[in-house]
Amino acid sequence: MGWLIGAVVFWGLAWAANVRLAGVSGGRLIRVLVPLIFGVTVLVLWEGIVRGLGIDPVILPAPTVIGAQIARSLPTLWVDFVQTIVRGALAGYVFGSVGGLLVAIAVDRSPFLQRGLLPIGNFVAALPIVGVAPIMVMWFGFGWESKAAVVVAMVFFPMLINCVAGLGEAGSMQRDLMKTYAASYWQTLVTLRLPAAMPFIFNGLKICTTLALIGAIVAEFFGSPIRGMGFRISTEVGRLNLPMVWAEIAVAALAGSVLYGAVALIERWVTFWHPSQRV
Amino acid sequence: MKTLLSVLTVLIAILVAWYVGTVAMNARWTLDQAARADREVSFSELVADTMHQTRPVVPAPHQVAAQLYDGIFGKKITSKRSLVYHGFITLETTLWGFGLGILLGVGLAVAITYSRTMELSVMPWAIISQTIPIVALAPMIVVISSQIGVEDIRVPKAVIAAYLSFFPVLVSMVKGLNSPDAMQVDLMHTYNASRAQSFWKLRFPASLPYLFASLKVAIAASLVGTIVGELPTGATSGLGARMLIGSQFGQPLAMWAALFAAAMLAGGLIVIVGLVERQAARMTGGA
Repeated sequence: MGWLIGAVVFWGLAWAANVRLAGVSGGRLIRVLVPLIFGVTVLVLWEGIVRGLGIDPVILPAPTVIGAQIARSLPTLWVDFVQTIVRGALAGYVFGSVGGLLVAIAVDRSPFLQRGLLPIGNFVAALPIVGVAPIMVMWFGFGWESKAAVVVAMVFFPMLINCVAGLGEAGSMQRDLMKTYAASYWQTLVTLRLPAAMPFIFNGLKICTTLALIGAIVAEFFGSPIRGMGFRISTEVGRLNLPMVWAEIAVAALAGSVLYGAVALIERWVTFWHPSQRV
Repeated sequence: MKTLLSVLTVLIAILVAWYVGTVAMNARWTLDQAARADREVSFSELVADTMHQTRPVVPAPHQVAAQLYDGIFGKKITSKRSLVYHGFITLETTLWGFGLGILLGVGLAVAITYSRTMELSVMPWAIISQTIPIVALAPMIVVISSQIGVEDIRVPKAVIAAYLSFFPVLVSMVKGLNSPDAMQVDLMHTYNASRAQSFWKLRFPASLPYLFASLKVAIAASLVGTIVGELPTGATSGLGARMLIGSQFGQPLAMWAALFAAAMLAGGLIVIVGLVERQAARMTGGA
């Protein structure tokens, strides 16, 4: 009971603190502090409720138990991380996005192809492409290659659409200016149109980070070597070893957030000139 | 008209590439069979054979179409092998998840609009929540819901679908609820409108176009969530389960048919939501 009351009291205090902090017209510190307090509160509430009500770890393990599990099985988690995120997701992510960009540039020269490919690309981007996972596993085997292939399929179309939209972004005035400079097609592309397309390209890249992780993990449900996050999650769920599953989820969440954050950081660095980046 | 021509050209190009791929990828099996039987195959025989294998690496488009037709029209709707049956189960969960996602997204958006504390604490986590691959959570949600006594397999699937579909709604609604400019908000003040009045008469109507714009994304996300939810959950019905079963029992044709059925379902849903969106835009005076 003490745990429960303690957690609720903490919740009340933290919320009061957040209300105070939100009232202060503050800068960056507040923007970091408030969500941080909120996150910690959720963890404390979770811990308090699990301990206070004596919830079975098979249903919901407490955060401390999960933390201990993470500390204990770091080597396994690392192996899974390398297999799924580094080999499967990242490789597919790079191939898929570069492929989308290259096809967009190729299509861009022909308005006919562009008109034809765009509606199809838009449509395909909305389809549940994860469904190709079993097919890719059949083609490329159980290794990381099939996971990368699924990721390529998932990432390609959102990238293509965003890149095509981005390449159309440079205004006709600017293009005319390039023409008066007697710039060649490639000069125009590299110095004007690609930089102008960058906000769109990064928008696509950001959407695709999550898709890449989803693709890599889902593909492992259809067959994988005896390592990988999707494999570990599905087998440990079967053994009702839930702390381990939560540990994998924590790693996946961390990897997803870091990947997204990294892309967002590069975006800020590359497209510093864009209005959305001005603080 | 020009667009239609372009689209058709690209579609035909894809179809041709698919047929070429069929021949190229399936040739090995045919050649192996022929070598085992000590027989030479001519090119035309090779092509003919690659079109009709029962377990092809790449099924030919007409094989998939036949399987799809058989799955949709050839079986009784109640049959476990009917794609209509499985599609209906997937559709049902998708709609539940979609509804749940809208409720959650709109609810959070309202809370965020009216409370700065909520905005500062919840919004960053909502963004982070979308960088977490939900599929990692999917098996867990299934286990938890069965542990706490929810036997209905639709509940965890709908939760997963809602998790994926609430985010676009949330983002658009926050933007939409904040879209009335200061002048309009001030006008409500001079009318001495209560908070509820200015919500229902100003902010909510103003947010509707944003809401409908997000629904297309949300329904597609919801369908993906449902299908993913059907994979690790031991579900025996639904299009996702059909794919899993096709993969485990080595029935590539069933797998491809389920994939295309899912694509058709997605297309249908998006078109319907698009029509609703257009109708709503007309009713609210938009273009």
